[in-house]
Amino acid sequence: MFGLFDHLSHQIHLTFIGVAVLLGIAEAALLARRRRVPERDDSELAQRIRTWWVIVISFAILFGVSRTTAIVFFALVSFLALKEFLSMVPTRRVDHRVLFWAYLAIPLQYVWVGSEWYGMFIIFIPVYMFILLPTRMVMIGETSGFLRAVGSLQWGLMTTVYSLSHGAMLLSIQPPVNPRVAPIWPAGSSQESGGAALLVFLILLTQFNDVAQYCWGRALGETKIVPKVSPNKTVVGMLGGVCSTTVLAAAIGPWLTFMDLLRSITAGLIIGVFGFAGDLSVSALKRDLGVKDCGYTLPGHGGVLDRVDSLTFTAPLFFHFVYYFYG
Amino acid sequence: MITALRYLFFLFIVRPVILFVIGLNVRRIANLPTEGPAVVVANHNSHLDTFVLMTLFGMQRLKDVHPVAAADHFLRNPVMAWFSQHIVGIIPLEREVKGMRTDPLAGICNALRENQILIIFPEGTRGKPEVREEFKTGIAHVAKRFPEVPFTPVFLHGLGKSLPKGEGILVPFFCDVFIGRSVRWTGKRETFMHELCEEMSALENEKPIPNWT
Repeated sequence: MFGLFDHLSHQIHLTFIGVAVLLGIAEAALLARRRRVPERDDSELAQRIRTWWVIVISFAILFGVSRTTAIVFFALVSFLALKEFLSMVPTRRVDHRVLFWAYLAIPLQYVWVGSEWYGMFIIFIPVYMFILLPTRMVMIGETSGFLRAVGSLQWGLMTTVYSLSHGAMLLSIQPPVNPRVAPIWPAGSSQESGGAALLVFLILLTQFNDVAQYCWGRALGETKIVPKVSPNKTVVGMLGGVCSTTVLAAAIGPWLTFMDLLRSITAGLIIGVFGFAGDLSVSALKRDLGVKDCGYTLPGHGGVLDRVDSLTFTAPLFFHFVYYFYG
Repeated sequence: MITALRYLFFLFIVRPVILFVIGLNVRRIANLPTEGPAVVVANHNSHLDTFVLMTLFGMQRLKDVHPVAAADHFLRNPVMAWFSQHIVGIIPLEREVKGMRTDPLAGICNALRENQILIIFPEGTRGKPEVREEFKTGIAHVAKRFPEVPFTPVFLHGLGKSLPKGEGILVPFFCDVFIGRSVRWTGKRETFMHELCEEMSALENEKPIPNWT
């Protein structure tokens, strides 16, 4: 189709179509309920589904054009998420220039991703930025609030830039001649689309896990799991979400990616459990700061950071899981 | 030719910077005047304030929107003066009016007579970042001469963090824009200023803003 998606496998095409069908079903279910119970206010849900369409379509286009545009997509998400983070947490006026350096880490980190320079990619933020930012801060010389300022900035960079960039780095995964586990290539897929399939798997499962946790929690479950952090999360919601995610991983993992059934199930478990933890850690952050949403960029969802909160935990974990066995 | 330059500048530089690099979160865009003569009254923290307000009006109304800006600052050298007057489209205002024989508000009055939309910062200066200073009462003179013109208060938060006075480097932060209900001349300077300031304080208190230190 106009050269779009041509470099991706047939299974990836079908996955995108599947997601579009699911969104269509959600839309239809909403319309049906509206006809049945017209007095119920569902504007937020309707808005959330509409925003889902925007997210899926814009991701599909940038992902479908080329590997470079897919990486640019991740860089833009990191930028918006870091901007939301820094607009939300208290920063010091004196750190103006330090924050500027922190933003510069985004293009650099994604240049390492684009050039497949793994060694630099993996240490740039946890080593070089970790040292550069406090160095710039002490040159300014303001000690009051130093630890809070440098700590929040490091946390922000680690979650919104370093963690998320692992998603884009999946595109570069190519099993060597003798990996720990032999990849089982899905029918008709090329070496080139192997990393892309892993990325689709990660994002689909992480977002599915969010939705599944929400639906299970709404449908059943009374015992709250961490009431102080998030009053909506229940034990049943959490377990139901993890199980659904693992089942979906088992179903599509061996078909979509080069992982075998055992690795697919394990990946599903990791994504289910730590997607939940990532979601909660951003919830705790918001509660600490007394804000409801991180931003307003995605109507019905809140900010970009509200949407990618679970991905900040699942992306690096899934990357290193795959990298250990197949990297 | 210069008009084309002005459009290109706003389309390719101002709007991408304001809408993408900064990012706006606007409350009640419908309160913004749709046509002139009208005055938008805003707090002032950064050079970006002007561009954010002009962006809110969109490209169609760009030709009608003019910020009122300090003549002593923006006309201080020929390049700056050309850029300010032709590209940004400012209406220069002398801040020091002692001993002046001509009417300092003549430029503003002419523009309002020509159905333009003006942007006025009654604080008169950007001052300390993210600190609102007392409004100067010059704006009441304008309201008195044009009792029918609506004065729409807009409170901006975040731009003083992005580009404070004295800083040359822009650091992205989301900007909150709160648009209030418009105020018209009340018949008395004190009550007009009181009403305007009350409306502005209400906008300022809409969202809890932590002290920026």
